[in-house]
Amino acid sequence: MALDSKKNTLTDQKLLQIHDLMVKARVTEERLIHIYKQGLGYFWIGGPGEEAFSVPLGLLIDKGQGKNKDWLYLHYRALPTLIAMGLDMESAFRTMFNKATDLSSGGRNFVNHYSIPKWNVAPITSVIEVQYSMAIGTAYVQKKEKGNKSLTVVTGGDAGSHESDFASCLIWSSRPKKELPILITVQNNQWGISTSYDEQHGSKSIAERAKAFQIESYVIDGNDPIKCYHTLKTAIKSIRKNRKPIFIEAKVSRLYGHSSASGANYVQEPCCIKNFEAFLIKKKLITKKQIKDIWERYKETAKKIQQKIMKEKDPQAESIWQHVYFKEDASDWRKF
Amino acid sequence: MATMVQAIRMALHYGEKHLEVKDIFGQDVGPPLGGVFTATQGLKTTWNSPLDERGIIGTAIGIAMTGERCVCEIQFADYIFNTIDLLKLAGNNLWASHGQFPLPLVLMTPNGAGIHGSIYHSHSFDTWATRIPGWKIVSPSNALDAYGLMLSAILDPNPVFYLKPKALLRVKSKEKIPGEPESEKELKERIDAPIGLERENWKARWPKLELYTVPLGKARLVEEGTDITVVSYGRSLVLCEKAIQNLDISVELIDLRSLYPYDWQSIKKSLQKTGRILFVNEDTEVSNFGEHLAYRCTKEAFYDLLVPPTVLAGKQVPGIGLHPNLESATVPQISDIKKEIEKLVHSSL
Repeated sequence: MALDSKKNTLTDQKLLQIHDLMVKARVTEERLIHIYKQGLGYFWIGGPGEEAFSVPLGLLIDKGQGKNKDWLYLHYRALPTLIAMGLDMESAFRTMFNKATDLSSGGRNFVNHYSIPKWNVAPITSVIEVQYSMAIGTAYVQKKEKGNKSLTVVTGGDAGSHESDFASCLIWSSRPKKELPILITVQNNQWGISTSYDEQHGSKSIAERAKAFQIESYVIDGNDPIKCYHTLKTAIKSIRKNRKPIFIEAKVSRLYGHSSASGANYVQEPCCIKNFEAFLIKKKLITKKQIKDIWERYKETAKKIQQKIMKEKDPQAESIWQHVYFKEDASDWRKF
Repeated sequence: MATMVQAIRMALHYGEKHLEVKDIFGQDVGPPLGGVFTATQGLKTTWNSPLDERGIIGTAIGIAMTGERCVCEIQFADYIFNTIDLLKLAGNNLWASHGQFPLPLVLMTPNGAGIHGSIYHSHSFDTWATRIPGWKIVSPSNALDAYGLMLSAILDPNPVFYLKPKALLRVKSKEKIPGEPESEKELKERIDAPIGLERENWKARWPKLELYTVPLGKARLVEEGTDITVVSYGRSLVLCEKAIQNLDISVELIDLRSLYPYDWQSIKKSLQKTGRILFVNEDTEVSNFGEHLAYRCTKEAFYDLLVPPTVLAGKQVPGIGLHPNLESATVPQISDIKKEIEKLVHSSL
């Protein structure tokens, strides 16, 4: 599948930046998978195959802390978005090795389950739908404030859209005269673990459901980073101005299966990075040699980071009592 | 004197006026109804949500995530079961994020039996709530505590579960709410919405209320006694109060007020004095929260016990039947409490 260069209005610099970040995210994920297969990690789940959608999303976020910045309720395949926002590789490895130095959860949560208050990234959970109902609250707060141009972004997969929280999100964000500034996305990879999309969906697309609530909706090729960038940019600009929801269904690939539970082996589906590289070479923006160098550079970096992070501190048993309640770790409630 | 529901309403008003509560919402919470039990009539920040319990809890979490304070309502505790994983998530949000995302929210819901509410308006959620770490759980037994616990819940930076004992909502207080007008009539005229068309343009005229808090995690000693300790909360506490009247036994009665964190020191101190302890609540008896308390008594005060610590709770049946004979056979009644106290005091190890 070739990308359509005529529809591109991105600068050469932006195209190369997107490519670089996509590779960085992919190499990080592939190293995490490698760690799992080495027997050095308990579990892997992540986002290889979603880079073409997720990297542009990360680049378009108005990141920061507080109600006047964008809020993100992401799913566990969102590493490319966070890499595009500036997350370092170290953070990913710390989640994989469940280290005490993992700022997101201190070694409590799975790999790629981030929580980053400085960028309004709400804690990512293993539950595939809850983010859709939580995002309503943040978008509601943003809508209430006059002059606030920020929005809430909520992402998930097609299986997550089966759950009632997805319906809640559509209902609450489209109430007459109370519409919410929220970007609702489904990265549809056609699978819910081992159950195919076609077995479970009677509707033509998930976007059809959003349309029923008068929500402006799009179905796009999630393997085309240019298309994704343009659609996301237009949608985000519109939400900032009109304070109304927009829904995007991006058809993406799932390149390593559901998770390590299904083997985490490479699957022959369209690869957004390979397609994009063919486009960049054809456009003479980059050579094969330069592409190879980028991959090698990130692979080498990832290896070094792995070795460094493995030596960092593990969480201690006593830490289970921390953060049950806010700033009350030493209270009487736990003295059994 | 104010009823419990008036006290809750006044506390919510105090919360939105002085404690930065910006949203009070749920199904039928806003005008015109102001809550099915009228707990939210006349308030400034109320609004009606879709009939969607998961949406209500999710939205409350999202609002709290930004640091704003809100109070949400599930219309009856019986309808909260489809939100249980979101409740789990609200409870673990701080812990899972390594202390980074506190959730200052209050969830209130009418709880328990006593109004002939049949299978889906009588259930208790007490024990279920205590199984969800990260929440604080309170249930008042009188109007003044209802006021003070609500204000403490609003001020707390953690998610707080506020179980409203629905059978007590219309019960008048024995003590004044700080700032409450002298006459009941005046209070009613000021804060109870009129029925009919007048309601459309009605606005509450709130009295000048004062801050009054009941600390979370602290029990109240209702009656001092020497023969037996009875520990209860919410509606059951009132039944216990009635049960011990005219009883020829010296009962020490403790109102737990907070189910979690609970006031273990008060329970233990009393048990060490009396040697006998009875826990009373309405939730079903198998894996009941009271069983945990009884276990802890055995574990930490075994040599002080004169009789086995005992739990009097609801029957382990799938629902609470509508007919009074069915309801009274299902949840503890005054006569059951009396009998159990007498049995424990007159038996020995």
